[in-house]
Amino acid sequence: MIQIKDLYKSFAQKKVLDGLNLDIEPGQITTIIGGSGSGKSVLFKHIIGLLKPDSGSILIDDEDITTLGEKDLYRIVDKFGMVFQSGALFDSLTVGENVAFGIKKNKKMAAAAISENIALSLNQVGLPDIAHLMPSELSGGMKKRVAIARAIAKKPQIIMFDEPTTGLDPIMADIINELIIKVSDDKEIISIVITHDMVSAYKISAKIAVLYDGKIIEIGVPDEIRNTGNAMVRQFIEGKADGPMKIR
Amino acid sequence: MLRNLILLPFLNFVRSSIEICVLAFKAIVSIFEPPLNFRRIISHLYLDGIKSIPVIFLMSVFTGGVLAMQSYFGLQRFGAEVFTGSLVGVSLTKELIPVLTGLMLAGRVSASYSAEIGTMVVTTMVVTEQVDALFTFGINPVKYLVSPRVTALLIMCPLLTLFGDFMAIMGGRLVAALVVNQNPNLFDSQLFVALEIWDVLSGMVKAISFGLTVAVIGSYFGLKTEGGAKGVGRATTTAVVVASVIILISDFFWSKILPFSLR
Repeated sequence: MIQIKDLYKSFAQKKVLDGLNLDIEPGQITTIIGGSGSGKSVLFKHIIGLLKPDSGSILIDDEDITTLGEKDLYRIVDKFGMVFQSGALFDSLTVGENVAFGIKKNKKMAAAAISENIALSLNQVGLPDIAHLMPSELSGGMKKRVAIARAIAKKPQIIMFDEPTTGLDPIMADIINELIIKVSDDKEIISIVITHDMVSAYKISAKIAVLYDGKIIEIGVPDEIRNTGNAMVRQFIEGKADGPMKIR
Repeated sequence: MLRNLILLPFLNFVRSSIEICVLAFKAIVSIFEPPLNFRRIISHLYLDGIKSIPVIFLMSVFTGGVLAMQSYFGLQRFGAEVFTGSLVGVSLTKELIPVLTGLMLAGRVSASYSAEIGTMVVTTMVVTEQVDALFTFGINPVKYLVSPRVTALLIMCPLLTLFGDFMAIMGGRLVAALVVNQNPNLFDSQLFVALEIWDVLSGMVKAISFGLTVAVIGSYFGLKTEGGAKGVGRATTTAVVVASVIILISDFFWSKILPFSLR
């Protein structure tokens, strides 16, 4: 379980996270939605330990990662599989080497077992036989799927997806949504998706948390969010320019 | 006004200097932490070292040649042209070739490091995310991006300097023989009378520090790149200028510090 308690973060004079509280449970997909500048990416970086908060705590399996040293932090980070918005595949490595990257670093495996794991992971995302290609030869959707394969190859305890459907056509976005549901289908796995794509959020989430102005202003199952009475949340989910939300 | 003109640039300079030292320290420490990135190191040894051989060859042969010619005519005014080999050998190995090799690498390699890393950084968030991705695989980005480059240049810069020393002396010998008609045996005998192993070694010690400078400065300005294509150009230029200036200034201090450098 991930517990985020009273998280505050400012950059210079700008308050980005303002006393954020959120509990994320295993066995279900928790989606954090919010507009541009709402603090989604900053929260994402805090959860994986890339940023330290000004105050507050992030407990992962009851261990506060905000106070950990570099070595302990890498131990916690080892539990994560990340799917970045751009895919973040390493340009200089082939698709197969990208998928193998996390396995080789973290697990002592024989070469044959690694190859098998690469093939299995690529199969899971519906992209067999592309292990020899370079990332520059892939389309946007393929890059995202390879990034998912790379994340699951490591057999993580926590999977995080940052804007997984941004920049994709609706059909490819749906393929990614299905993949997210598939790879998160495990009672032990904590899945976190950060997005502003409401179609995706409604489809994949067990729980949706709405981030605005550095705080979670609403949390609930998709139907609760869809029928919310909160005017700010309504404005966001209906995509209206006019409303109580301050647009930056 | 005073704040904008003096205080802020000074504070920026101090901050950058500290960051460069920290980056250099982290990169060196990371070299010795497993796993050793052999593949990346070998790739940089080839791209930044082996592929620099032609340019170092040309620079060295012509520098040796022109130094031999100018030294001959200069010494001739005092009737001391027999010492051409000595002057050429000592000044090339101690000063000229290490510094010029450093400057050539600053132009060629420091620029490419800052451009390679910088281009990726400014192409939206692609590399920033690649760097973050490294972290999530438990890999220190400095170890992955900077250490292999530092390792490669710590090895290649002194080796290229040694190669340059040899080629420059050959160039000088050739010019002495063909252009000013000095007996090659005389050139050789004067060269070996004056040249000591310490002269060559002091040049190589300097070369190690110049290699470190080129790799760290190039990587630093690459990592700090912002502002689109214009930013990459600015980072590349800044990296070359800063690396060159540090090489020239540090050369002076090395000459003062190294016990055998002033003999």
